[in-house]
Amino acid sequence: MTRVVPLRRPWLWLGSAVVAIAAALLALSIYRNPNIQHGVILQYQFAPAILAGLRTTVVLALLAALIGMVLGVLLAVMRLSASPVLRLASGFYTWLLRGTPLLVQILIWGNLALLFEHIGPFRTNDLLTPFVASVIALGLNEGAYMAEIVRAGIIAVDRGQNDAALALGMSHPLALRRIILPQALRVIMPPAGNQFISLLKATSLVSVIAGGDMLTAAQNISSANLHTIELMLVATFWYLVLTTIASLGQHYIERRLGKSGVGIHATS
Amino acid sequence: MPPPETGQPMLRAQDVHKRYRHEEVLKGIDLEVASGEVLCLIGPSGSGKSTFLRCINHLERIDAGRLYVDGALVGYRERGDCLYEMHPREICRQRADIGMVFQRFNLFPHLTVLQNVIEAPLKVRREAKAEAVERARALLARVGLADKADAYPSRLSGGQQQRVAIARALAMRPKLMLFDEPTSALDPELVGEVLGVMRGLTEDGMTMIVVTHEMAFARDAADTVAFMDAGVIVESGPPREILSHPRHERTRGFLARVIGAHQ
Repeated sequence: MTRVVPLRRPWLWLGSAVVAIAAALLALSIYRNPNIQHGVILQYQFAPAILAGLRTTVVLALLAALIGMVLGVLLAVMRLSASPVLRLASGFYTWLLRGTPLLVQILIWGNLALLFEHIGPFRTNDLLTPFVASVIALGLNEGAYMAEIVRAGIIAVDRGQNDAALALGMSHPLALRRIILPQALRVIMPPAGNQFISLLKATSLVSVIAGGDMLTAAQNISSANLHTIELMLVATFWYLVLTTIASLGQHYIERRLGKSGVGIHATS
Repeated sequence: MPPPETGQPMLRAQDVHKRYRHEEVLKGIDLEVASGEVLCLIGPSGSGKSTFLRCINHLERIDAGRLYVDGALVGYRERGDCLYEMHPREICRQRADIGMVFQRFNLFPHLTVLQNVIEAPLKVRREAKAEAVERARALLARVGLADKADAYPSRLSGGQQQRVAIARALAMRPKLMLFDEPTSALDPELVGEVLGVMRGLTEDGMTMIVVTHEMAFARDAADTVAFMDAGVIVESGPPREILSHPRHERTRGFLARVIGAHQ
C-alpha cells in the first residue's frame, strides 16, 4: 500500500500556537487581576435589578424591531412609488435618520419636553416616559435602515412576478403581500438579522436618558458601589447571551426560508 | 375555419397608440378577434407585438384609441367625450377575466405548483378552497402534470413550467387568453409539449391571441394571422394567405428571414 504524506505546514502550527498562548495569557491576566472581584460579578449576574433591565432591553429591542419592520416596508414602498412627493419624503426621512447619530436622536426624544411642553392636551413628560422615548427613538431609527434593506429585497424580485400577479387580477397590495414580499424576504433576512443584532446592542444607548435598560441598571449599581468593570462584565455576559440567541434564530429562519430550494430567479 | 360571427367580437382594437417617451411603439392598431377565434401575431422583434398584448389587459396604458374586451372598454370609462381611468379594483376585475402566459413563465417560485394554480382563484375570486384545489388538479392533469402538484417550479423543466403557467391562467376561467411568445425561452425539444397544450385549447374553442415565432403553429392552429411591423399591422388574413402568399414586401422579407433561419 502506498503511503500518502501530507505537506508539512510548520508556519500554520507556529501561528496557531502564538494565538493560543496569547489568548490564554489574556484570560489569565483578567482572571488573576486583583482589581476584579469575581464575587461581585457572581453577586450581580442574576440580581433582580439586572434581570429587570435585561427584560427591558429585550422588550425595547423587540418593539423597536417591530416598528422598524413596519416602517421599513412603508418607506420602501413609498420609495418605489410613482409619486415624486412620496419618493422624496421617504428619501428625506432615510437621509435624516441615517445621517445623524442615534445617540443624538435618543437625547432629542428624551428631552422633547424642552421643545414642546405639551402634546395636544397632555404634558410631554407624562406621555414620553424615558421608556417610551427610547422605543420611539430606536424604532424610528431602525425604520430608516430597514427601509433600505426592504427596498433592496423588493427590487431583487424579478419584475415578471409583478406582471404575472397583476395579470391574474391581483391588486397591487395583494401582489405585494402574497407574491413580492415573500420572495423579497430571502434577500431581506440576512441583513435584517444583522440589523437586529446591532439593535440589541444599540438599546444600551438609551441609558443616557435613563431608559431603564440593562446598562442603565448596571450603571445605577456601579455608581453606588464603584465596581464599574465588574458590572460591565455582568452586562457583557448578558449582551453576548442575547446576540448569540439572535444569531441562532437568524440562522434557523434563513435555513427555513431556503428549504423550498427556490432561488429568486428560479423561474427564469 | 374561422368560427361564425356571434354578436360582438371578443377583442376590438381601434386606432391604439402607445408611446414610450419619444418613441411611438404602436401607431394605430385596428383589430378584431371574434369569440372562439385564434389569432397569431407575427413580426420582427421590436415591432410592438408584445406591447400590444400587454395593452389588452392594461399592464401598459394606451395613449390613444380604444380597446374593448367582450364589449367592455379596457381600463377606462367613457363619459361624454372623456376617458376616465378606472379605479384599480375595476381594472383588477377586468384582468381576472383575461389569462396571460409569459415568455419566461413567471411562476411564483415560493409556491408549489398547486399553490401557483389556486392562488388567484382563492385570493381574487374568493373561491372555496376545496373547489379551487379540485379544479386545479383537473387542470394540471389536463396539461399532463398531475404528478407535479406538490413540486416547486424550480424542480420543473421549462416546458413543464410553461404548462403550469397555462393551467394557472386557465384556473381563472378566462374569456380570452394572451400568449406572449410562450415557447421562445424553451429548449427546442420542449417546444412541442407546450404547443400541444395550446392546440388542445384551440379545439375547446378558447379565444386566443398568440404572439409567436412558431410559423408551423400559426399555419395550422390559427384562424387568422396578423403581421406587425414598426407599430402597425401590415396585413392580416387566413394563415395560408398571409404565410404563403403575402401581399406586402415587408411580410415577404420577414417570412423569408424566419423560414430561412428555421431550415
